[in-house]
Amino acid sequence: MNWLLHPAFTAADWLGLFGHFLLLSLLAIGGAIATAPDMQRYVVEERGWLSDAQFTDSIALAQAAPGPNVLFVAVIGFNAAGLAGVAVTMLGIMLPSTTLTLAVSRYGHRRQGSLPVRAFTAGMSPLTIGLVLATGWLLTEPTRHSPVAWALVAVTVLAMTRTKVSPMWLIGLGALVGATGWI
Amino acid sequence: MEELRRPASCGELVRVFTRLSLQGFGGVLPIAQRELVERERWLTKAEFVELLSLAQVLPGPNVMNLAVMFGDRHFGFRGALSTLLGMLGVPLVLVVGAAALYAGFAENPMVSGALRGMGAVAAGLVLATALKLMSTLRANPVGAGAAAVLAALTLVAMVVLRWPMVWVVPGLGAPAVALAAWRLGRRGAR
Repeated sequence: MNWLLHPAFTAADWLGLFGHFLLLSLLAIGGAIATAPDMQRYVVEERGWLSDAQFTDSIALAQAAPGPNVLFVAVIGFNAAGLAGVAVTMLGIMLPSTTLTLAVSRYGHRRQGSLPVRAFTAGMSPLTIGLVLATGWLLTEPTRHSPVAWALVAVTVLAMTRTKVSPMWLIGLGALVGATGWI
Repeated sequence: MEELRRPASCGELVRVFTRLSLQGFGGVLPIAQRELVERERWLTKAEFVELLSLAQVLPGPNVMNLAVMFGDRHFGFRGALSTLLGMLGVPLVLVVGAAALYAGFAENPMVSGALRGMGAVAAGLVLATALKLMSTLRANPVGAGAAAVLAALTLVAMVVLRWPMVWVVPGLGAPAVALAAWRLGRRGAR
Protein backbone atom coordinates (compact mmCIF):
# COMPACT_ATOMS: atom_id res chain seq x y z
CA MET A 1 0.00 0.00 0.00
CA ASN A 2 1.10 3.51 -0.81
CA TRP A 3 1.52 5.29 2.53
CA LEU A 4 1.09 8.81 1.27
CA LEU A 5 -1.97 8.65 -0.93
CA HIS A 6 -4.35 5.86 -1.74
CA PRO A 7 -3.96 5.21 -5.49
CA ALA A 8 -7.52 3.94 -5.98
CA PHE A 9 -9.22 6.95 -4.34
CA THR A 10 -11.08 9.26 -6.72
CA ALA A 11 -11.93 12.88 -6.00
CA ALA A 12 -15.47 11.75 -5.16
CA ASP A 13 -14.09 9.24 -2.64
CA TRP A 14 -12.07 11.97 -0.90
CA LEU A 15 -15.07 14.26 -0.77
CA GLY A 16 -17.28 11.46 0.52
CA LEU A 17 -14.78 10.57 3.24
CA PHE A 18 -14.31 14.19 4.30
CA GLY A 19 -18.03 14.94 4.19
CA HIS A 20 -18.96 11.91 6.25
CA PHE A 21 -16.46 12.77 8.98
CA LEU A 22 -17.62 16.42 9.03
CA LEU A 23 -21.13 15.12 9.63
CA LEU A 24 -20.02 12.65 12.32
CA SER A 25 -18.23 15.46 14.16
CA LEU A 26 -21.56 17.23 14.69
CA LEU A 27 -23.30 13.97 15.64
CA ALA A 28 -20.61 13.01 18.16
CA ILE A 29 -22.58 13.65 21.31
CA GLY A 30 -20.89 11.63 24.00
CA GLY A 31 -17.49 11.82 22.36
CA ALA A 32 -15.81 10.55 19.24
CA ILE A 33 -15.96 6.87 20.18
CA ALA A 34 -19.78 6.97 20.01
CA THR A 35 -19.52 7.51 16.25
CA ALA A 36 -17.58 4.26 15.72
CA PRO A 37 -20.65 2.16 14.75
CA ASP A 38 -21.63 4.62 12.03
CA MET A 39 -18.01 4.96 10.89
CA GLN A 40 -17.90 1.17 10.55
CA ARG A 41 -21.19 1.17 8.62
CA TYR A 42 -19.80 3.75 6.17
CA VAL A 43 -16.13 2.77 5.81
CA VAL A 44 -16.55 -1.04 5.97
CA GLU A 45 -20.05 -1.89 4.79
CA GLU A 46 -20.89 0.90 2.39
CA ARG A 47 -17.46 1.69 0.88
CA GLY A 48 -15.44 -1.47 1.55
CA TRP A 49 -12.26 0.53 2.26
CA LEU A 50 -11.45 -1.58 5.34
CA SER A 51 -12.35 -5.10 6.46
CA ASP A 52 -14.24 -5.67 9.72
CA ALA A 53 -11.04 -6.94 11.34
CA GLN A 54 -9.01 -3.95 10.12
CA PHE A 55 -11.62 -1.63 11.56
CA THR A 56 -11.62 -3.14 15.05
CA ASP A 57 -7.81 -3.54 14.93
CA SER A 58 -7.57 0.19 14.26
CA ILE A 59 -9.56 0.99 17.38
CA ALA A 60 -7.61 -1.50 19.52
CA LEU A 61 -4.31 -0.03 18.33
CA ALA A 62 -5.44 3.51 19.10
CA GLN A 63 -6.69 2.48 22.56
CA ALA A 64 -3.33 0.91 23.31
CA ALA A 65 -1.45 4.11 22.39
CA PRO A 66 -1.41 7.24 24.58
CA GLY A 67 -3.53 10.24 23.69
CA PRO A 68 -7.19 11.17 23.37
CA ASN A 69 -9.65 8.54 22.12
CA VAL A 70 -10.38 10.55 18.99
CA LEU A 71 -7.03 9.36 17.57
CA PHE A 72 -8.70 6.09 16.52
CA VAL A 73 -10.05 8.21 13.67
CA ALA A 74 -6.49 8.85 12.49
CA VAL A 75 -5.71 5.12 12.42
CA ILE A 76 -8.87 4.38 10.44
CA GLY A 77 -7.97 7.21 8.05
CA PHE A 78 -4.46 5.83 7.69
CA ASN A 79 -5.60 2.27 7.02
CA ALA A 80 -8.26 3.41 4.54
CA ALA A 81 -6.28 5.98 2.61
CA GLY A 82 -2.71 6.54 3.88
CA LEU A 83 -1.33 9.76 5.36
CA ALA A 84 -3.70 11.89 3.30
CA GLY A 85 -6.49 9.84 4.86
CA VAL A 86 -5.22 10.82 8.33
CA ALA A 87 -5.37 14.50 7.39
CA VAL A 88 -8.84 14.28 5.80
CA THR A 89 -10.49 12.24 8.57
CA MET A 90 -8.90 14.17 11.47
CA LEU A 91 -9.76 17.56 9.94
CA GLY A 92 -13.26 16.31 9.28
CA ILE A 93 -13.88 15.03 12.81
CA MET A 94 -12.29 18.07 14.54
CA LEU A 95 -13.29 21.11 12.47
CA PRO A 96 -17.08 21.41 12.98
CA SER A 97 -17.15 20.47 16.66
CA THR A 98 -14.17 22.68 17.53
CA THR A 99 -15.66 25.67 15.71
CA LEU A 100 -18.97 25.16 17.48
CA THR A 101 -17.24 24.76 20.84
CA LEU A 102 -15.31 28.01 20.38
CA ALA A 103 -18.48 29.87 19.43
CA VAL A 104 -20.49 28.48 22.35
CA SER A 105 -17.65 28.99 24.81
CA ARG A 106 -17.37 32.66 23.86
CA TYR A 107 -21.02 33.62 23.72
CA GLY A 108 -23.03 31.08 25.60
CA HIS A 109 -21.33 29.80 28.72
CA ARG A 110 -23.51 31.87 31.02
CA ARG A 111 -26.67 30.11 29.83
CA GLN A 112 -25.66 26.74 31.19
CA GLY A 113 -28.47 26.44 33.73
CA SER A 114 -31.16 27.54 31.26
CA LEU A 115 -34.03 25.21 30.41
CA PRO A 116 -33.07 24.53 26.76
CA VAL A 117 -29.52 23.54 27.71
CA ARG A 118 -30.73 21.31 30.55
CA ALA A 119 -33.38 19.70 28.35
CA PHE A 120 -30.81 19.06 25.62
CA THR A 121 -28.34 17.44 28.02
CA ALA A 122 -30.99 15.35 29.74
CA GLY A 123 -32.67 14.24 26.52
CA MET A 124 -29.45 13.33 24.73
CA SER A 125 -27.74 11.42 27.53
CA PRO A 126 -29.77 8.18 27.10
CA LEU A 127 -28.86 8.23 23.40
CA THR A 128 -25.20 8.68 24.29
CA ILE A 129 -25.33 5.60 26.49
CA GLY A 130 -26.96 3.59 23.69
CA LEU A 131 -24.26 4.72 21.27
CA VAL A 132 -21.42 3.85 23.64
CA LEU A 133 -22.95 0.41 24.26
CA ALA A 134 -23.17 -0.10 20.49
CA THR A 135 -19.48 0.76 20.21
CA GLY A 136 -18.57 -1.77 22.90
CA TRP A 137 -20.58 -4.48 21.13
CA LEU A 138 -18.91 -3.61 17.81
CA LEU A 139 -15.46 -4.01 19.39
CA THR A 140 -16.24 -7.57 20.53
CA GLU A 141 -16.99 -8.60 16.93
CA PRO A 142 -13.64 -10.17 15.91
CA THR A 143 -13.37 -12.29 19.08
CA ARG A 144 -16.96 -13.34 19.77
CA HIS A 145 -16.10 -16.99 19.14
CA SER A 146 -13.51 -17.01 21.95
CA PRO A 147 -14.51 -17.65 25.60
CA VAL A 148 -11.10 -16.31 26.73
CA ALA A 149 -11.82 -13.02 24.96
CA TRP A 150 -15.19 -12.80 26.74
CA ALA A 151 -13.38 -13.41 30.04
CA LEU A 152 -11.04 -10.50 29.19
CA VAL A 153 -14.03 -8.27 28.46
CA ALA A 154 -15.61 -9.25 31.80
CA VAL A 155 -12.38 -8.76 33.78
CA THR A 156 -11.92 -5.34 32.19
CA VAL A 157 -15.47 -4.24 32.96
CA LEU A 158 -15.16 -5.40 36.57
CA ALA A 159 -11.73 -3.83 37.06
CA MET A 160 -12.87 -0.51 35.61
CA THR A 161 -16.11 -0.30 37.58
CA ARG A 162 -14.91 -1.77 40.90
CA THR A 163 -11.22 -0.80 41.22
CA LYS A 164 -8.95 2.12 40.42
CA VAL A 165 -6.50 0.09 38.34
CA SER A 166 -5.06 1.97 35.32
CA PRO A 167 -6.38 0.86 31.90
CA MET A 168 -2.74 0.57 30.83
CA TRP A 169 -2.32 -2.64 32.85
CA LEU A 170 -5.47 -4.16 31.38
CA ILE A 171 -4.33 -3.40 27.85
CA GLY A 172 -0.99 -5.01 28.71
CA LEU A 173 -2.81 -8.07 30.05
CA GLY A 174 -4.89 -8.29 26.86
CA ALA A 175 -1.76 -8.05 24.71
CA LEU A 176 -0.06 -10.80 26.73
CA VAL A 177 -3.04 -13.18 26.65
CA GLY A 178 -3.50 -12.60 22.92
CA ALA A 179 0.18 -12.86 21.99
CA THR A 180 0.51 -16.20 23.75
CA GLY A 181 -2.22 -17.63 21.54
CA TRP A 182 -5.17 -17.87 23.91
CA ILE A 183 -7.64 -16.02 21.73
CA MET B 1 -7.66 27.32 49.58
CA GLU B 2 -4.47 27.88 47.66
CA GLU B 3 -4.40 30.53 44.98
CA LEU B 4 -4.97 29.52 41.37
CA ARG B 5 -2.20 30.00 38.86
CA ARG B 6 -2.45 30.91 35.19
CA PRO B 7 -0.58 29.49 32.21
CA ALA B 8 2.22 31.92 31.38
CA SER B 9 2.29 31.49 27.60
CA CYS B 10 1.01 29.52 24.64
CA GLY B 11 4.26 27.59 24.78
CA GLU B 12 3.46 26.49 28.31
CA LEU B 13 -0.01 25.37 27.16
CA VAL B 14 1.54 23.22 24.42
CA ARG B 15 4.00 21.71 26.89
CA VAL B 16 1.50 20.88 29.62
CA PHE B 17 -1.15 19.52 27.24
CA THR B 18 1.44 17.35 25.48
CA ARG B 19 2.52 15.99 28.85
CA LEU B 20 -1.00 15.14 29.96
CA SER B 21 -1.99 13.69 26.60
CA LEU B 22 1.01 11.34 26.58
CA GLN B 23 -0.05 9.91 29.96
CA GLY B 24 -3.54 9.08 28.75
CA PHE B 25 -3.82 5.39 28.00
CA GLY B 26 -7.45 4.49 27.38
CA GLY B 27 -8.65 8.06 27.84
CA VAL B 28 -7.18 11.41 28.80
CA LEU B 29 -9.96 12.80 30.98
CA PRO B 30 -8.78 11.50 34.40
CA ILE B 31 -5.25 12.71 33.63
CA ALA B 32 -6.54 16.13 32.56
CA GLN B 33 -8.28 16.51 35.90
CA ARG B 34 -5.12 15.58 37.80
CA GLU B 35 -2.77 17.79 35.78
CA LEU B 36 -4.94 20.90 35.39
CA VAL B 37 -6.53 20.93 38.85
CA GLU B 38 -4.03 19.28 41.16
CA ARG B 39 -0.62 19.74 39.57
CA GLU B 40 -0.78 23.04 37.67
CA ARG B 41 -3.64 24.51 39.73
CA TRP B 42 -4.98 26.29 36.64
CA LEU B 43 -8.60 25.38 37.51
CA THR B 44 -10.55 24.61 40.67
CA LYS B 45 -12.33 21.29 40.82
CA ALA B 46 -15.69 23.05 40.39
CA GLU B 47 -14.43 25.00 37.36
CA PHE B 48 -13.18 21.77 35.84
CA VAL B 49 -16.58 20.09 36.27
CA GLU B 50 -18.33 23.15 34.81
CA LEU B 51 -16.03 23.16 31.79
CA LEU B 52 -16.43 19.41 31.35
CA SER B 53 -20.21 19.47 31.47
CA LEU B 54 -20.24 22.13 28.77
CA ALA B 55 -17.73 20.08 26.75
CA GLN B 56 -20.02 17.06 27.05
CA VAL B 57 -23.16 18.83 25.88
CA LEU B 58 -21.41 19.96 22.72
CA PRO B 59 -20.75 17.47 19.94
CA GLY B 60 -17.19 16.30 19.33
CA PRO B 61 -14.49 14.66 21.42
CA ASN B 62 -15.20 15.82 25.00
CA VAL B 63 -11.68 16.23 26.23
CA MET B 64 -10.69 18.09 23.06
CA ASN B 65 -13.63 20.47 23.53
CA LEU B 66 -12.48 21.06 27.09
CA ALA B 67 -8.92 21.76 25.95
CA VAL B 68 -10.10 24.18 23.25
CA MET B 69 -12.26 26.15 25.70
CA PHE B 70 -9.46 26.30 28.26
CA GLY B 71 -6.92 27.56 25.71
CA ASP B 72 -9.39 30.08 24.30
CA ARG B 73 -10.18 31.57 27.72
CA HIS B 74 -6.53 32.32 28.37
CA PHE B 75 -5.02 33.28 25.04
CA GLY B 76 -7.95 33.41 22.59
CA PHE B 77 -7.68 31.64 19.27
CA ARG B 78 -3.92 31.11 19.64
CA GLY B 79 -4.48 29.49 23.00
CA ALA B 80 -7.07 27.13 21.53
CA LEU B 81 -4.65 26.15 18.78
CA SER B 82 -1.92 25.61 21.39
CA THR B 83 -3.97 23.21 23.49
CA LEU B 84 -5.09 21.34 20.35
CA LEU B 85 -1.49 21.07 19.19
CA GLY B 86 -0.40 19.81 22.60
CA MET B 87 -3.20 17.23 22.83
CA LEU B 88 -2.86 15.88 19.30
CA GLY B 89 0.64 16.61 17.97
CA VAL B 90 2.97 14.04 19.49
CA PRO B 91 0.31 11.34 20.13
CA LEU B 92 -0.84 11.58 16.50
CA VAL B 93 2.69 10.93 15.23
CA LEU B 94 3.03 8.01 17.67
CA VAL B 95 -0.26 6.34 16.78
CA VAL B 96 0.19 6.69 13.01
CA GLY B 97 3.72 5.35 13.39
CA ALA B 98 2.33 2.37 15.29
CA ALA B 99 -0.29 1.81 12.58
CA ALA B 100 2.38 1.88 9.87
CA LEU B 101 4.55 -0.58 11.81
CA TYR B 102 1.56 -2.82 12.47
CA ALA B 103 0.82 -3.04 8.74
CA GLY B 104 4.18 -4.77 8.33
CA PHE B 105 3.55 -7.26 11.15
CA ALA B 106 -0.16 -8.00 10.70
CA GLU B 107 0.64 -11.50 9.40
CA ASN B 108 2.67 -12.35 12.50
CA PRO B 109 0.44 -14.52 14.74
CA MET B 110 1.85 -13.11 17.98
CA VAL B 111 1.27 -9.52 16.89
CA SER B 112 -2.23 -10.13 15.54
CA GLY B 113 -3.05 -12.18 18.66
CA ALA B 114 -1.86 -9.33 20.89
CA LEU B 115 -4.08 -6.92 19.02
CA ARG B 116 -7.09 -9.23 19.33
CA GLY B 117 -6.46 -9.38 23.08
CA MET B 118 -6.14 -5.60 23.29
CA GLY B 119 -9.32 -5.34 21.22
CA ALA B 120 -11.25 -7.40 23.78
CA VAL B 121 -9.91 -5.14 26.55
CA ALA B 122 -10.84 -2.07 24.50
CA ALA B 123 -14.40 -3.45 24.25
CA GLY B 124 -14.43 -3.88 28.04
CA LEU B 125 -13.16 -0.32 28.59
CA VAL B 126 -15.92 1.10 26.39
CA LEU B 127 -18.63 -1.06 27.98
CA ALA B 128 -17.43 -0.06 31.47
CA THR B 129 -17.75 3.60 30.48
CA ALA B 130 -21.32 2.93 29.35
CA LEU B 131 -22.12 1.16 32.64
CA LYS B 132 -20.74 4.04 34.71
CA LEU B 133 -22.81 6.51 32.71
CA MET B 134 -25.89 4.34 33.10
CA SER B 135 -26.14 5.11 36.81
CA THR B 136 -26.92 8.72 35.84
CA LEU B 137 -30.09 7.59 34.01
CA ARG B 138 -31.93 7.07 37.29
CA ALA B 139 -31.86 10.80 38.02
CA ASN B 140 -32.59 11.81 34.41
CA PRO B 141 -35.52 14.27 34.16
CA VAL B 142 -37.15 12.23 31.36
CA GLY B 143 -37.67 9.46 33.95
CA ALA B 144 -35.62 6.31 34.50
CA GLY B 145 -37.95 4.09 32.47
CA ALA B 146 -38.16 6.39 29.45
CA ALA B 147 -34.38 6.92 29.57
CA ALA B 148 -33.74 3.17 29.55
CA VAL B 149 -36.12 2.71 26.60
CA LEU B 150 -34.39 5.52 24.67
CA ALA B 151 -30.95 3.99 25.31
CA ALA B 152 -32.19 0.55 24.24
CA LEU B 153 -33.84 1.92 21.06
CA THR B 154 -30.60 3.70 20.14
CA LEU B 155 -28.63 0.49 20.64
CA VAL B 156 -31.08 -1.54 18.51
CA ALA B 157 -31.21 1.09 15.75
CA MET B 158 -27.40 1.12 15.50
CA VAL B 159 -26.52 -2.54 16.07
CA VAL B 160 -29.49 -4.55 14.79
CA LEU B 161 -31.11 -2.30 12.20
CA ARG B 162 -27.81 -0.67 11.21
CA TRP B 163 -29.52 2.65 10.53
CA PRO B 164 -27.30 5.66 9.76
CA MET B 165 -26.54 7.80 12.78
CA VAL B 166 -27.67 10.91 10.93
CA TRP B 167 -31.27 9.57 11.18
CA VAL B 168 -31.00 7.91 14.56
CA VAL B 169 -29.68 10.88 16.54
CA PRO B 170 -32.22 13.51 15.39
CA GLY B 171 -35.02 10.92 15.14
CA LEU B 172 -34.73 9.74 18.73
CA GLY B 173 -33.04 12.88 20.07
CA ALA B 174 -35.83 15.31 19.14
CA PRO B 175 -38.61 13.50 21.05
CA ALA B 176 -36.19 12.84 23.94
CA VAL B 177 -35.27 16.52 24.28
CA ALA B 178 -38.93 17.53 23.92
CA LEU B 179 -39.90 15.10 26.68
CA ALA B 180 -37.10 16.41 28.91
CA ALA B 181 -38.17 20.01 28.29
CA TRP B 182 -41.79 19.17 29.12
CA ARG B 183 -40.88 17.34 32.34
CA LEU B 184 -38.43 20.05 33.43
CA GLY B 185 -41.01 22.73 32.64
CA ARG B 186 -43.67 21.00 34.75
CA ARG B 187 -41.19 20.56 37.56
CA GLY B 188 -40.33 24.27 37.39
CA ALA B 189 -44.00 25.30 37.36
CA ARG B 190 -44.82 23.37 40.48
